[in-house]
Amino acid sequence: MSRKTLRKLFSNFMLFVSFLTAAYGIFWLFWILGSLVVNGFRYLSPELVYLDPTPPGEEGGGLRPAFVGHLIITSLATVMGVPIGIMAGIYFAEYGRNSKFFMTLRQITDIMVSTPSILMGAVVYAVLVKPVGQFNGFSGSVALALLMLPVIAITTDEMLKLVPKEMREAAYALGAYKWQVIKNVVMRAARVGVLTGVLLGVARIAGETAPLLFTSFNNNVLTFDLKDPMASLTVTMFNYVMGPYHYWHQQSWAAAFILTMGVLLLSILARVLLHRNILEPLFYIVRSITSKKGG
Amino acid sequence: MVETQTALKTRMEVKNLNFYYGSSQALKNINMPIYDRKVTALIGPSGCGKTTLLRCFNRMHDLYPANRYEGEILLGSESIFNMDIIDLRSKVGMVFQKPTPFPMSIFDNIAFGLRLKGIKGTELKDRVEKALKDAVLWDEVKDRLKDSAFSLSGGQQQRLCIARAIAVEPDVLLFDEPTSALDPISSAKIEELIVELKKKITIVIVTHNMQQAARISDFTGFMYLGELVEFNPTEKIFTKPDKKLTEDYVTGRFG
Repeated sequence: MSRKTLRKLFSNFMLFVSFLTAAYGIFWLFWILGSLVVNGFRYLSPELVYLDPTPPGEEGGGLRPAFVGHLIITSLATVMGVPIGIMAGIYFAEYGRNSKFFMTLRQITDIMVSTPSILMGAVVYAVLVKPVGQFNGFSGSVALALLMLPVIAITTDEMLKLVPKEMREAAYALGAYKWQVIKNVVMRAARVGVLTGVLLGVARIAGETAPLLFTSFNNNVLTFDLKDPMASLTVTMFNYVMGPYHYWHQQSWAAAFILTMGVLLLSILARVLLHRNILEPLFYIVRSITSKKGG
Repeated sequence: MVETQTALKTRMEVKNLNFYYGSSQALKNINMPIYDRKVTALIGPSGCGKTTLLRCFNRMHDLYPANRYEGEILLGSESIFNMDIIDLRSKVGMVFQKPTPFPMSIFDNIAFGLRLKGIKGTELKDRVEKALKDAVLWDEVKDRLKDSAFSLSGGQQQRLCIARAIAVEPDVLLFDEPTSALDPISSAKIEELIVELKKKITIVIVTHNMQQAARISDFTGFMYLGELVEFNPTEKIFTKPDKKLTEDYVTGRFG
């Protein structure tokens, strides 16, 4: 065999091996997703959303406190985490670039992305639960906000760095102050990327259980009071799956299905926004129709 | 010729200017005038410092740390290093090598600098229209002022940037190789525009293209290795330059 055929053979062999390893990973992912869809879809029912849980052992009921609590906790976390994350990202990209201190901080932020989320729960437990003396919804939001903060800060930083230097210079050359350049030109150029970071951040926290176990804990009764323990889908699922009742397991399946679909939708939305050209022809059609109507 | 020579007025003046990027010296003892309502071209091989010099005129170097000026640049009778940088940049505008439209509508692009000065309402509209007309872009965009500036062609984008720069009515306009990213027809339009603009505005242009310098400029500075080798009327630079080095460059013996 010539050297060339040998190399070709080796190349094909390696290609096959990498295909196998990729297939192995994807196989389990689809196994999980598949069983989730099959089981989750089967137990979906409207009652799940609007009924309160029944006493343990009594069939029926729903997960209304968990749905409402989950929405409240994640929304509040988003409200707290997004502005701070974006502003931190702006600082990293636009102001801290020449400071050793802030670039070290940037490195730490990178590490924070992969902090075990249970650690964040423990920290918030020490600061916001222990001193108060009871689990509360607010502390859950804070824990989740802390988790999404580095994700958003880093995406914002990366996206702002992609804005060409020339665009900034052109704005400065017109006599703009730095904050005007950032607000009116740089952020506008990077807004799709920043929004993607926000969506990724929300997706990141929407499925968290560990930090909530220590903070918002759980509640069988619907509550809007952030000072009280508050139910969340993830913690409820965790408890139900560990529980002895069959209908608990069924409700967990359904809740898991809804949560996964929610996160999946957010991720898809983020990706579509980031690669908007995928939908550009569609936008073009919509634009041409609406502009004709307009006159 | 005699008439124009006597009517020459100095708009800017560079005196003993040295410039450093950190510890490396990029400009060495530059002395030159920029005459009012004339086109001054800066030519020279890559890395000779012509863009560096251009970016001194509106202190663009201030954006990055460790850059240092020595010497003096006067705008009128005032040192630009004592001026408020926002004031300076609204008096000395700049157009870049690649078109740099902002991610907003055509109208908002032109209005950007005007809004920074607090201009609003009908005056804003009038000034935007005037700038677009002065940049010979009005007829092409008047029906789609709300469209994204990115929907324009490269040449149109560059004229948009010129319109944006002249909208704030600067005294001096700096061009950093404004046609090097454009096709010949778009380049010709920009050149015509520059010749037209010099009736009102003093222009400094950096160019790689010697024919361009010869076509549109009144004065030319030839730079080499951070020094201004020769500054003279363009005609003289290209016909009988004082320095041997200049002659070698303009005749294409090196560069």
